[in-house]
Amino acid sequence: MKYSPNNSRKHAIVLMIAAAGMFAFGFALVPLYRTFCELTGLNGRTVAGARAAVSAPATQREVTIQFLAQAANGMPWEFRPVEKELRVRLGAINTTRFYVRNRAGTAVTGQAVPSVAPGRAAPYLNKLECFCFANQRVEAGAETEMPVRFYIATDLPQQIRTLTLSYTFFQVPSS
Amino acid sequence: MHAHAQSEIHRHPLIAFVARWLLTTNHKEIGTLYLWLSFLLFFIAGGMAMLIRAELFEPGIQLLHPEFYNQMVTLHGLVMVFGAVMPAFVGLANWMIPIMIGAPDMALPRINNFSFWLLPFAFAMLLSSLFMEGGAPNFGWTFYAPLSTTYGPPSTDYFVFGVHLMGISSVLGAINIIVTILNLRAPGMTLMKMPLFVWTWLITAFLLIMAMPVLAAAVTMVLTDRHFGTSFFAAAGGGDPVMFQHIFWFFGHPEVYIMILPGFGIASQIIPTFARKPLFGYRSMVYATAAIAFLSFIVWGHHMFATGMPLAVELFFMYATMAIAIPTGVKVFNWVATMWQGSLTFETPMLFALGFVMMFTIGGFSGLMLALVPADFQYQDTFFVVAHFHYVLYPGAIFGTMAAVYYWLPKWTGHRYDERLGKIHFWLATIGVNLTFFPMHFSGLAGMPRRVVDYSLQFADFNRISSIGAALLGLTQLLFLYIVIKTIRGGEKASDRVWEGARGLEWTIPSPAPHHTFETPPALARVLDAQPTPAEPAGAGAGATLR
Repeated sequence: MKYSPNNSRKHAIVLMIAAAGMFAFGFALVPLYRTFCELTGLNGRTVAGARAAVSAPATQREVTIQFLAQAANGMPWEFRPVEKELRVRLGAINTTRFYVRNRAGTAVTGQAVPSVAPGRAAPYLNKLECFCFANQRVEAGAETEMPVRFYIATDLPQQIRTLTLSYTFFQVPSS
Repeated sequence: MHAHAQSEIHRHPLIAFVARWLLTTNHKEIGTLYLWLSFLLFFIAGGMAMLIRAELFEPGIQLLHPEFYNQMVTLHGLVMVFGAVMPAFVGLANWMIPIMIGAPDMALPRINNFSFWLLPFAFAMLLSSLFMEGGAPNFGWTFYAPLSTTYGPPSTDYFVFGVHLMGISSVLGAINIIVTILNLRAPGMTLMKMPLFVWTWLITAFLLIMAMPVLAAAVTMVLTDRHFGTSFFAAAGGGDPVMFQHIFWFFGHPEVYIMILPGFGIASQIIPTFARKPLFGYRSMVYATAAIAFLSFIVWGHHMFATGMPLAVELFFMYATMAIAIPTGVKVFNWVATMWQGSLTFETPMLFALGFVMMFTIGGFSGLMLALVPADFQYQDTFFVVAHFHYVLYPGAIFGTMAAVYYWLPKWTGHRYDERLGKIHFWLATIGVNLTFFPMHFSGLAGMPRRVVDYSLQFADFNRISSIGAALLGLTQLLFLYIVIKTIRGGEKASDRVWEGARGLEWTIPSPAPHHTFETPPALARVLDAQPTPAEPAGAGAGATLR
C-alpha cells in the first residue's frame, strides 16, 4: 500500500501565495474602507469631488447648519467659528468664517480635517472654497479669519433639519 | 551516513541533547516542544492574571502602579492567546494528526521545526519589553490606535515584531497541517472518514491562513504610522482610528474561533469514547464547523457597536452574530445526543469534556446577550464582557486542551496518569473557574468597567470572590503540572487501546507511541475498523464505506 499521489509541494506553494494574498488584502482594506465611506457617506466624510459641482436653483426649504472647531492635542492655536450656526436655504451659496490665532512663538502650519454629522448628510454638503483644502500657515502670534463657501444640495433627505460641520486643526510637522 | 554516525558518537551529551531538540523534524518531538512551551507561557500569563486579581482584591490601589497594571492586562491577554492557547492546539495537532490519519510524519517536517523555533524568540522579544525603559505595551491585547501609535511606549516596536514572528509561525504551521491532511491520509481514509479533531483542525488551519496575515498587516501599519510618516490611523493625515478597529476585528473574530474549533474537535473525540457510542451526527458536525468558520468572517462589527455605526450595519452584524448560535447549537445537541443512552463513565478526560460542553455553553449564551445591539450599548467595555470571553476561553479552549492531555497522555508516555489526582484537578479547576468568572457577570451588569486598576466600592464583594477564585484556579494548575510530570516519570503501564471505548488509528499503535509510526500506511481493514462512524448497515451507503 502507498499513499495517494503526493502534491505536498504544490499545495504548500498555493497556500503560501494565499497567505501573502491575505497580507495584501489587509492593506487593501484601507482604500476599500475609504471608498465604502465615501460612497455611503458613513463616517461623516465629505466628498472631495463635489467642489466643482454647480449649485442647483435655490429652493424655499431651510435647514440649520452648526459649526464646531477644535485644535487637536498639542496644536497651539485658538480656533473657533465666527458664527455658531446659520439658517441656510438649500441650493443657495453661503459663506462663513472661522477665527484662528497662533498662540505659539513660532510660525505653525496646520491642516484642518472636516467631519459632518449626521454622516448621511455628508454627501449633500458641497464646499466651493475651504481652508481645509490646503495647509494653512499662521505666523507667530498672528490671527486671521478663514472662509468657507458652501451650499447644501437640494435633494437633502427630508428628515434632516440640522447639520453639524466640524473641523479639527492638526499641526503639520515642520521639516 | 558514515560521517553522520561518527559525529553522533563524539558529541558531548549536552550538545547532543540541544541538537536533538533544536534540529528535530519528528512530529512527536515538535508536538512535545509546542506543548511544553505553551505550558510554560500558560504559567507566565497566569502569574500575570494572579497579579491583576491580587490588585483587584479590594478597592483602591494597593500593589501595582496603574501603568504596570495596564501592562499586565496587555501581556496577560497577548501571551494567553498567542502563547498558551494557540501553541497548545498546534502541539496537539502535531502529535495526533499524523497518527490519526495514518501518516508517517507531517508533510513539511523542516518547516515544522522552523515554525516552532520562531516562537521562543517571539515571546522572548515580547516579554523583554517588561524590562525596557517606558515599560511593556500597555494598550490592551487589541492595541487600538491611537493608543498603540501616538501614545504607545517605545517597546511597542518589539511587540510589533513579536507579533510578526508569531504570525509567520502560525501560518507556516497551518500550511503544514493542511498539506499533511490533504496528502498523507492512509488509503481508505476519505475526508468524510477523518476523526473530528482532524476535521476541526483542517478548518482552523484555513482560518489561520486567512486571518493571521491581516493581523500582520495591522501591526505593520501601526509600525509605519509610528516611524515612517504614514497616516493609516491618524486623522491628522487623513487616516481614521476607527478603521484600525475594522482591520483588527476582521482578524480578531476568526481568531476566537481559531481558539475554540480544535476544542470542539477534542470534545467530539472524547465524548464518544466514554459514552461507548459513535459520535451522533458526524456529518452535521463537519458542516457546522465549516458554517461557524464562514460566519466568523462576517461578524467582526459586533465588537464595534458603540463606535457609531449606522443602523443597517448594526442590524446586519447583530443577525449574522446570532446566526452562529445555530451551528453551535447543532454541535452541543450532537454531544448530548451522543451521550444519550450511552454507557457513560467519568474518567478525567470525560469530566473535562463535559465541563467544556456545559461551561462553554454558558459563555455562548452571554455571547448572544452581547450580540444584541441595544443590550451591548450597556455591556460594552464592562466586566460582563470579561466574564463572557473567559467563559469561552477557560472552560472552552483550556479545558479542551486539558481534556486532550489527559486523554492522550497514556499514549504519549506509556503510563496511566493518577486518576484520583486528575479528578481532584478537574473539580478544583471547575470550582475555581466559576468562582472567578461567574461574579464578573454581576459586577459587569452593575456597571463595573473593564481594564481598570481601581473600582467603586459597591463592586468590592464580587471582586473579592473573583480574586479568591482566581488564586484557587491558579494554584490548581500546579497540581496539573505535578500530574503530568508524575505520569512521564512512571505509573501503571497503559495498554495500546488505553480506553475501553476508544476508536481511531492512534489506539492501534503501541503505548508509548514509538518514535516512528506508519512508515508504511496501515492496512485498509485497520483503517476501516478505526472509523469514527460505525460500519453502516448492509445496503444503504455500504458501497461507499468499502470502496
